[in-house]
Amino acid sequence: MLQTQATSGNSLLAVDGVSVHFGGIVALDGVSFDIAPGQIAGLIGPNGAGKTTLFNCLSRLYRWQGGRIVFDGQSLLDIPRHRIATVGIGRTFQNLALFRSMSVHDNVMLGRHCRTRSGFLSNALRLPRVVREERASAEQAAQLVAFLGLEADADKRVSDLPFGTQKRVELARALASEPRLLLLDEPACGLNHEEVHALGKLIHDIRGRLGITVLLVEHHMSLVMSVSDKVVALNFGRKIAEGTPAEVQQHPEVVQAYLGNGD
Amino acid sequence: MTPASPLTAASAAPGKSRRIALAVLLLAICALPFLVTNYHTFQLTMVLVYAIALLGLNILTGYNGQISLGHGAFYAIGAYVAAILMDKWGVPYWATVPVAGLVCLAAGFLFGLPALRLEGLYLALATFALGVSMPQLLKYKHLEYWTGGVQGIVIMKPDPPFGLPINQDQWLYYFTLAIALVMFLLGWNLLRGRVGRSLIAIRDQPIAAEAMGVNNSLYKSLAFGVSAMYTGVAGALGAIAVQFVAPDSFNIFLSITFLVGIVIGGLASIPGAIYGAIFIQFVPNIADQISKAAPWAIYGVFMIGFVYLMPVGVAGAIRIAWARIRRGSGRNGQQ
Ligand SMILES: Nc1ncnc2c1ncn2[C@@H]1O[C@H](COP(=O)(O)OP(=O)(O)OP(=O)(O)O)[C@@H](O)[C@H]1O
Ligand SMILES: [Mg+2]
Repeated sequence: MLQTQATSGNSLLAVDGVSVHFGGIVALDGVSFDIAPGQIAGLIGPNGAGKTTLFNCLSRLYRWQGGRIVFDGQSLLDIPRHRIATVGIGRTFQNLALFRSMSVHDNVMLGRHCRTRSGFLSNALRLPRVVREERASAEQAAQLVAFLGLEADADKRVSDLPFGTQKRVELARALASEPRLLLLDEPACGLNHEEVHALGKLIHDIRGRLGITVLLVEHHMSLVMSVSDKVVALNFGRKIAEGTPAEVQQHPEVVQAYLGNGD
Repeated sequence: MTPASPLTAASAAPGKSRRIALAVLLLAICALPFLVTNYHTFQLTMVLVYAIALLGLNILTGYNGQISLGHGAFYAIGAYVAAILMDKWGVPYWATVPVAGLVCLAAGFLFGLPALRLEGLYLALATFALGVSMPQLLKYKHLEYWTGGVQGIVIMKPDPPFGLPINQDQWLYYFTLAIALVMFLLGWNLLRGRVGRSLIAIRDQPIAAEAMGVNNSLYKSLAFGVSAMYTGVAGALGAIAVQFVAPDSFNIFLSITFLVGIVIGGLASIPGAIYGAIFIQFVPNIADQISKAAPWAIYGVFMIGFVYLMPVGVAGAIRIAWARIRRGSGRNGQQ
């Protein structure tokens, strides 16, 4: 416990020598970095670099064979998968993972699951506190739906909506869980130029107005470089650079990694 | 499931007319036993019984995406719990219903725990195994003292209480109706809020559900338990209505019939359970009247016809038709 406290210091997230392999493939190889509260951190790297793998470790979907991950002084290994949202890590998925048959509103409502408590019996009896909780959640969901400009689609099934809109629904759902650390996996993918610009502003707002720390995985370089306070670059599962956007952009290994991949 | 947001003002107006329609419907349902023969009243009682069972299966399979080919087993457990309590301990019939429900809640929850490791067709196989073995378990020699073996147990038909001027069949109908209303109200409450959303979320996208904080294992086993409880309550009511339980009335065909019921009625739909119950109660009779030689072939034709004409179940078809009518009248209203 003491050791945990020491490594985390004043960082919100501490990734310390994390390694993941799938059979012979080394997806992450001793990756370490910290994120301070209130930071926007970019995570870049060519395809297959291990970015999503790291996210999946943070969600406890994948097991890591070496190293430690500490969130707010608590080892992630002590937190079961379904409690990750409750301790304050929210995320979006690279390939959308929405509840397809549900409306936009209900998807966002589900994001409130970790902040609400009513169970089977109290729901079946529809106790007054269930009604109250439901009403409060609905209000918060409506606010988020408005924050992301989804009002017109609130009652539509998500599977009927265009890709870009679905991405915003995922973001609203993640925000509904009131995360302290928000993991965004390629939010700009498939968006047009203006939408990317709006997304950059939105990420700034999420940090500025909601006070949420952000870890952003993105291939869209101008977006990452313009919003991030710091950037971590991965290649073949190894961290090759870490620093300010300007430093990382000029780092020879980063330049090499991207040129080598023809990206 | 109706995803309508409680915030939209539009939902207030149809809410009122829907409430009036529901009240009229309920009155009609209450009047039915006085309009039809005793035998038909018995058949309607069975529709209510099946509707409860189908709502149970729909919670599991329709809402939560866990397929069960063995729900007849929980129906059987409910029926036998009721029959044994009445036969061996003289427990009044009405008191056996909640006990049957609780026993099945526990049985379903326990069966749901190992079932957590199974998905799709593998879960189908495991539940099939449960359904197919139940009749033989009920015939098991060392349980014969309780179960009555192959002979089963005969139950007395309850008399109407408080000297009500109605006959036994009518009383059973109202008794079953009252329980069905309570079960549907509880089910509706359960499914329209936080729990219902989580059950659907697990079906649609289990990884994201868990990432949003849903305890998938707990919810899935509880869904199994609640589902079995509904089906067990139905089993107890069915036993009282039929006045008889025997192992072979609860064969695998019953389980498959339940599955037919929820698919025809409408998956993940509460009224769908009622439509499905009407189908599984009456269509075999109709098929029998059409052809004594090949009633099951006729039943099959009905099934294919329904699935072909209403690919999202009767409930889905009604929903689509209703939406079309509303949209049409809305447009006329504006002009
Ligand atoms: N579940 C898995 N099983 C086997 N291999 C996996 C699994 N998940 C990831 N990998 C492998 O790990 C490596 C890193 O993949 P990852 O998805 O983390 O890359 P990424 O940086 O997110 O790439 P992209 O930019 O294309 O999304 C790849 O070689 C990938 O094939
Ligand atoms: Mg990725």
